[in-house]
Amino acid sequence: MDAIILQILNGLDKGSAYALIALGLTLIFGTLGVVNFAHGALFMIGAFCAVTLNKILNLSFETLDPTRTDFLGNPLKVKTPYVESWFGPDVGAAIIDWSVPLAILFSIPVMIAIGFIMERGLIKHFYRRPHADQILVTFGLAIVLQELIKHYFGANQIATPAPDAFRGSFDFGAMLGLDPNVIIYPYWRLVYFAFAAVIIGGVFAFLQFTTFGMVVRAGMADRETVGLLGINIDRRFTIMFGIAAAVAGMAGVMYAPINSPNYHMGMDFLVLSFVVVVVGGMGSLPGAVLAGFLLGVLESFASMNAIKSLIPGIDQIIIYVAAIIILLMRPRGLMGRKGVMED
Amino acid sequence: MSKLLTRRGLLKTGAIGSAGLAMPTIFTSAAHAFTNAPTGGSVTLGFNVPQSGPYADEGADELRAFQLAVEHLNGDGDGGMLQTFSSKVLEGNGILGKKVEYVTGDTQTKSDAARASAKSMIEKDGAIMISGGSSSGVAVAVQGLCQEAGVIFMSGLTHSNDTTGKDKKANGFRHFFNAYMSGAALAPVLAKNYGTDRKAYHLTADYTWGWTQEESIKAATEALGWTTVNTVRTPLAATDFSSYITPILQTDADVLILNHYGGNMVNSLTQAVQFGLRDKVVNGKQFEIVVPLYSRLMARGAGENVKGIYGSTNWHWSLQDEGTKAFVKSFGTKYGFPPSQAAHTCYVQTLLYADAVARAKSFNPCDVGAALEGYEFDGLGNGKTLYRAADHQCFKDVLVVRGKENPQSEFDLLEVVEVTPVDQVTYAPDHPMFAGGSLGACNPGA
Amino acid sequence: MLGLGKKDFILLGIVAALVLLAPFILNPFPADSALAQFNAGYPDLMQRFMIFGIFAVGFNILFGLTGYLSFGHAAFLGVGSYSAVWMFKLLSMNVIPAIILSVVVAGLFALLIGFISLRRSGIYFSILTLAFAQMSFNLAYSVLTPLTNGETGLQLTLEDPRILGVSQTAAGGIPVTNLFGMEMRETTTLTLGGWAFQFNNGYYLCGALLLLAFYISIRIFRSPFGLMLRAVKSNQTRLNYTGLNTKPYTLAAFVISGMYAGLAGGLLASMDPLAGAERMQWTASGEVVLMTILGGAGTLIGPVLGAGFIKYFENIFSKINDNVLHSWFHILPDSIENAVIWVVEHFVGSGWHLTLGLLFMLVVTFLPGGLVQGGQKIGRLFRRRDAAAKATQSTPAE
Repeated sequence: MDAIILQILNGLDKGSAYALIALGLTLIFGTLGVVNFAHGALFMIGAFCAVTLNKILNLSFETLDPTRTDFLGNPLKVKTPYVESWFGPDVGAAIIDWSVPLAILFSIPVMIAIGFIMERGLIKHFYRRPHADQILVTFGLAIVLQELIKHYFGANQIATPAPDAFRGSFDFGAMLGLDPNVIIYPYWRLVYFAFAAVIIGGVFAFLQFTTFGMVVRAGMADRETVGLLGINIDRRFTIMFGIAAAVAGMAGVMYAPINSPNYHMGMDFLVLSFVVVVVGGMGSLPGAVLAGFLLGVLESFASMNAIKSLIPGIDQIIIYVAAIIILLMRPRGLMGRKGVMED
Repeated sequence: MSKLLTRRGLLKTGAIGSAGLAMPTIFTSAAHAFTNAPTGGSVTLGFNVPQSGPYADEGADELRAFQLAVEHLNGDGDGGMLQTFSSKVLEGNGILGKKVEYVTGDTQTKSDAARASAKSMIEKDGAIMISGGSSSGVAVAVQGLCQEAGVIFMSGLTHSNDTTGKDKKANGFRHFFNAYMSGAALAPVLAKNYGTDRKAYHLTADYTWGWTQEESIKAATEALGWTTVNTVRTPLAATDFSSYITPILQTDADVLILNHYGGNMVNSLTQAVQFGLRDKVVNGKQFEIVVPLYSRLMARGAGENVKGIYGSTNWHWSLQDEGTKAFVKSFGTKYGFPPSQAAHTCYVQTLLYADAVARAKSFNPCDVGAALEGYEFDGLGNGKTLYRAADHQCFKDVLVVRGKENPQSEFDLLEVVEVTPVDQVTYAPDHPMFAGGSLGACNPGA
Repeated sequence: MLGLGKKDFILLGIVAALVLLAPFILNPFPADSALAQFNAGYPDLMQRFMIFGIFAVGFNILFGLTGYLSFGHAAFLGVGSYSAVWMFKLLSMNVIPAIILSVVVAGLFALLIGFISLRRSGIYFSILTLAFAQMSFNLAYSVLTPLTNGETGLQLTLEDPRILGVSQTAAGGIPVTNLFGMEMRETTTLTLGGWAFQFNNGYYLCGALLLLAFYISIRIFRSPFGLMLRAVKSNQTRLNYTGLNTKPYTLAAFVISGMYAGLAGGLLASMDPLAGAERMQWTASGEVVLMTILGGAGTLIGPVLGAGFIKYFENIFSKINDNVLHSWFHILPDSIENAVIWVVEHFVGSGWHLTLGLLFMLVVTFLPGGLVQGGQKIGRLFRRRDAAAKATQSTPAE
């Protein structure tokens, strides 16, 4: 029983990550109709926003400590971050410690700007081109972005820890009056879950309750008519692109403490995010979110030892098995709209 | 009649051919005793390292070491470990008086790409020795290729038992240690620090290296009285290990052994610590995590989480023997940071190859192989070392390390807690974990 | 001739000439010159050009004609490779049975996956094929290791129980792949001055099969069957309304292109008897998609060009290290040399991916029809100049 509760928690947590990544992708892919292979790269750049901010906060000046030596036998250079010398060691260390949450604020403008530049500079010219061309250009872009990151940050993973305050776990068992120390869950993962819920809710509310969202939704359904009504739909699509990039980026920032970022992480999530979006159904935001959580929970259950011993290797393929079954039973995924990318 | 011909062999004959330019001369080799016999004033070595993918930084470090080794062989720089090497036949005038040149390639950490890259070095550039690599799959694949093509393979970082076990080849040589040695060296230290009454839970990367690592450490710890609660395989592509970590909470295991490498290890260790495993007390004992194979370069990705975690490593720059000091000095002076274990093994392999050629007075792979087999040397950073003839594996002391509590710098991540003597990690060539293959005959190609 | 129109016959002739003369064309620089780095005329890479050409031509039969974008074609290539290596291990080192088995097995595998995946169209089809291929890859890497040898890849050993043939040669080595005794790795070299041209048996086998594959592809493009596939691409719904069941046609196209992939896989293993699981990964499937689009989807020659383009960068650009750069630019003054090398080294060696990514973007932005369109543009430029020249010549006559 404990095991199942824990795997549901794992599944929801994984699912919130999947849903968040898929949400950004489906805004571009499911609704604007652009096959965006650079979406994984946006997620990766988000994670590197956290790394960059951490690096900036850690900018240091060096003083020589003659009492200690470095690996070559020269006097050791001791680094002191500027923030620590400006705000005092305690406050400075606290600021550095909180770099990941701070990076959220940092990433939003950065990601929106990247989204704007991408859309205006490149994607705009590909709305009317075949999907094949979109794949090629966005794949090329993804490679370029990832090589740039590799050039500046190297190929290894970079530790990006969550603030100390979130270290440790929350004891659900004790709260529910069960044995303590069995159903425990790390604070940061709970934060991630809550954060994902807020972002997903925010995007839905934005599209559902604002005039802007109404126009965008109308534009997705029938771009031409909206254009004929004298509404500049292009500008709104640009803004949507920026929002999608920001959602992907924030997903990346918050994921950095769970999965130390490296330049390659976008490609690792790319296939998965496409599967989630398509299983959810093209053109459906709720579908993408639902599929994210569904696949997350399924994946967690499949990695339980009891199930693994029953079907060896099931945890390797469960996502794909689930995708095949769902797409065969429901032609347009869970909640897909008719006629979106079906030909 | 075999006509596997090579470019370098042709250059000499090409000179004759160009005498009668109008008359195309078709050569069918017979003149050359072995593949890519060096003819001019230089000899070409092929350095095949990962330049893209997750191990690219490790590959870059290997490449730095190779460049340094070539520099030292050609008599430039400060000579590095040539001064401390027990063999004195290398004089800094290249190999057998031929200047050392090199070509590089990208393995992409894929066996296909690695073989394509190695083939181009052999077929196009006339490389006579291939070295490098950062994973066992690639090492085994390229080793097989070199055996077929008739060149020597001096493997880089490869830790699987199979490289010198069931997939061993006469033309392949490994200086790096292996999973069995990790287990044999680590287990006594673990028993000393954590007691002999421990229950271990393994998470293992689901591919060949992970399995040999799991098998080795499991056997070694069980021999000292530990019990194994469970061994769970995790997909190589996994980035979120939460659903493999939570089941540990429900068992009475008090040690977690992570048979993961690189990105897998960074993520699983970080997440295991996040789940509070290290704060747990089970059966009245502190819960512990062990990482059998450490890579200092990549462990940085786990940050603070490596502190106090035991593991093993082939070599570490903080060792105080003369060889290590000379190597760290010349590497550090040139590049500004200390070398990794991958860099060390690649540097040493290049020197060992050059030395074997010099001692054999021949570039013929069979002569070089014979010179390496059973060769005993010292002064290359690992103390006294033997290249065993039976399986082409180096036997030397193994370092047991621990994540350092108060690192002085970003490189100062690990501290050596014990140097396990070579006798303790030696095994019979027909040990069951290594059985199933044979070296075969050496192949000079051509 | 050969059932081809004049234009197609000329195209086939050109391709045949290119294949035959590739060892010369791809080796334009003397072996000792600094530019020899750009020579691609060595057996392994030439074989790869042919093999991935076959793969892309086959992929184009499905994607170029029907518009169905399969994102799992690498699975067929991988299955083909595994079948071929098993044939070498168990039956004989002759490549014929290995290639036949790999085509058959890949065809059957494609029939199964195609039958299921073709129930959906558009992106849903793509994701179904992707899911099957990723399943194959993940399983081959882990639980199917007894069959695939997992991460290490399936290789020949000295203990293979080969029915027709020996487990090891007299010299104690593994026997090599051959075509009725003709060794695939055997290379004859022609030395002309500073040039060394390599003629490899395996390459010519691959080349012959590429020509055959190309010929069949032309015939399919020009046949009523091909026309039907194009009709599927332009409007499948309308076809269905006329009472036609399109599924047999699309399934046939899927299986044929799966067999092409199997042939490519079998050839890869025949040239170098190893089959690794990465051949089935989604990146490999993506690569053939990129090759086809880059060269020009739906054109006959485009996919071959795209395959050559990507393989060239992967194998040639990745090998240019700063040592090579210094040898190129050493005539420049030191400060300029270092500056030039600093710029260039980002695009070669470990930066080869960056160059490839940039070229993808440039090609697709400026040549919407792929590399083929680039060729046509250049051709038209010349023709226009000819026409202009003629025009100016003819004016005074009036």
